[in-house]
Amino acid sequence: MITPVFKREFLGYFRSPVAYVFLIAFLVISVALAFSRYGGFYRANLASLDAYFQFYPWLFLFLVPAAGMRLWSEEKRSGTVELLFTLPITTLEAVLGKFLAAWAFLTLGILLSFPMVLTVAYLGDPDWGVLIATYFGAILMAGGYLGVCSLMSALTKNQVISFVLSLVACAVLVFLGLSGFTDTLAAVFPVSVADAVSNFSFMTHFDSFTKGIVDPKDVVFFLSLMGFTLFLNVVVLER
Amino acid sequence: MIEVKGLVKTYGAKRAVDGVTFSVRRGDILGFLGPNGAGKSTTMKMITGFLRPTAGTAVVGGHDVTADPVAVKRKIGYLPESAPAYGEMTVEEFLFFIAECRGFKGPDAKRAAAERAIQLTHLVPVRRQTIETLSKGYKQRVGFAQAMLHDPPILVLDEPTDGLDPNQKNEVRSLIKGMAVEKAVILSTHILEEVEAICNRVIIISQGRVVADETPEQLRARQPGARLDEIFRTLTLSDV
Repeated sequence: MITPVFKREFLGYFRSPVAYVFLIAFLVISVALAFSRYGGFYRANLASLDAYFQFYPWLFLFLVPAAGMRLWSEEKRSGTVELLFTLPITTLEAVLGKFLAAWAFLTLGILLSFPMVLTVAYLGDPDWGVLIATYFGAILMAGGYLGVCSLMSALTKNQVISFVLSLVACAVLVFLGLSGFTDTLAAVFPVSVADAVSNFSFMTHFDSFTKGIVDPKDVVFFLSLMGFTLFLNVVVLER
Repeated sequence: MIEVKGLVKTYGAKRAVDGVTFSVRRGDILGFLGPNGAGKSTTMKMITGFLRPTAGTAVVGGHDVTADPVAVKRKIGYLPESAPAYGEMTVEEFLFFIAECRGFKGPDAKRAAAERAIQLTHLVPVRRQTIETLSKGYKQRVGFAQAMLHDPPILVLDEPTDGLDPNQKNEVRSLIKGMAVEKAVILSTHILEEVEAICNRVIIISQGRVVADETPEQLRARQPGARLDEIFRTLTLSDV
């Protein structure tokens, strides 16, 4: 019974202007950043998309909460949650259906950046292994962000609160891995503590993907983050 | 078909529903009456498996709602208060979605179920409109269509005629009456004439407790000559 929920949610993005606004904003901003002086796509003179993907953890910080804030808040505000949970569907099925729909939508956005791939393929000879690993990592990371956002969305019927909570929670998970933060931490605590803390960050686990390394431990990090947040999501909704 | 046994729901220190017990048989149209905030909606939400009871349970079509809520949800058609629906969908899209969730497999079966519901609730002229553009009466009918799409043996309707004009009210009442022969129906309302018009049993609930459970005739016989709303007032005085 996941399919009908998934279909309704996924098509729901396209029944309103949300999908188009989101996809265009995401692609314009991400590409503009890559070509900007901060991205330095041309200056690097490399046939790689590092200049493009380095901004993903920061972009996701705003864009994934924007895509995920409505997941449950909207249902609670409009009362349709009562409809949904009096249909013969379990809470887990509803949570998974909605999550997978939003994840598929984000994946679509990420894959729509393919003209960037065509560009580097035209200009040079990119390392396809690295590119595929990076895309894989970006999609996994989007799922990690989204799990957090889905959980936050289930906590409130106000979409603004849902957005802000998601932003804060995701920001914590980004900043834990920032070198400035971990360096400070390492100066006070033993290095092992700093390492342990930065292990909870999106940054740390996304980095190796962008170098072309698909380490099971990074895959497991993102999958277990999704599993954990979705489990809490079910608990919150059944409470 | 519905056995409600000592349902309790507490919110903090407040007991919204305080030991409600009653049963509904096939062919019954049970009018659920009570002042606003007496616990009507909360009771219905517990019977339909949306809210978990603090204590007690309801057995619906042989299934215990606290043990097997999904089985109960299969047997019930539920119209929540103010008929929520996904506004950005058209009537057809919405009913297809409900049909899919209700386990109709294949496009033909889904189409047939949705078509039947559309015909029964007279939604043909608006079938391709998005729900958010519909008038209140049509929205209510969409809620109805959704509730009876799978031809459930049990219907739970929370204020089905609220906000409708007199003609629409009449139509909804005859719809309910027409369907009730082989079903068990619970409907909540605060319109007393509605109870007289279609119900064969009345339960009055006040401060979360059942204060009357009888036929409309018996209710009337409590104070011969008095109007129904006077009887209602006497029974629920503690709530005011």
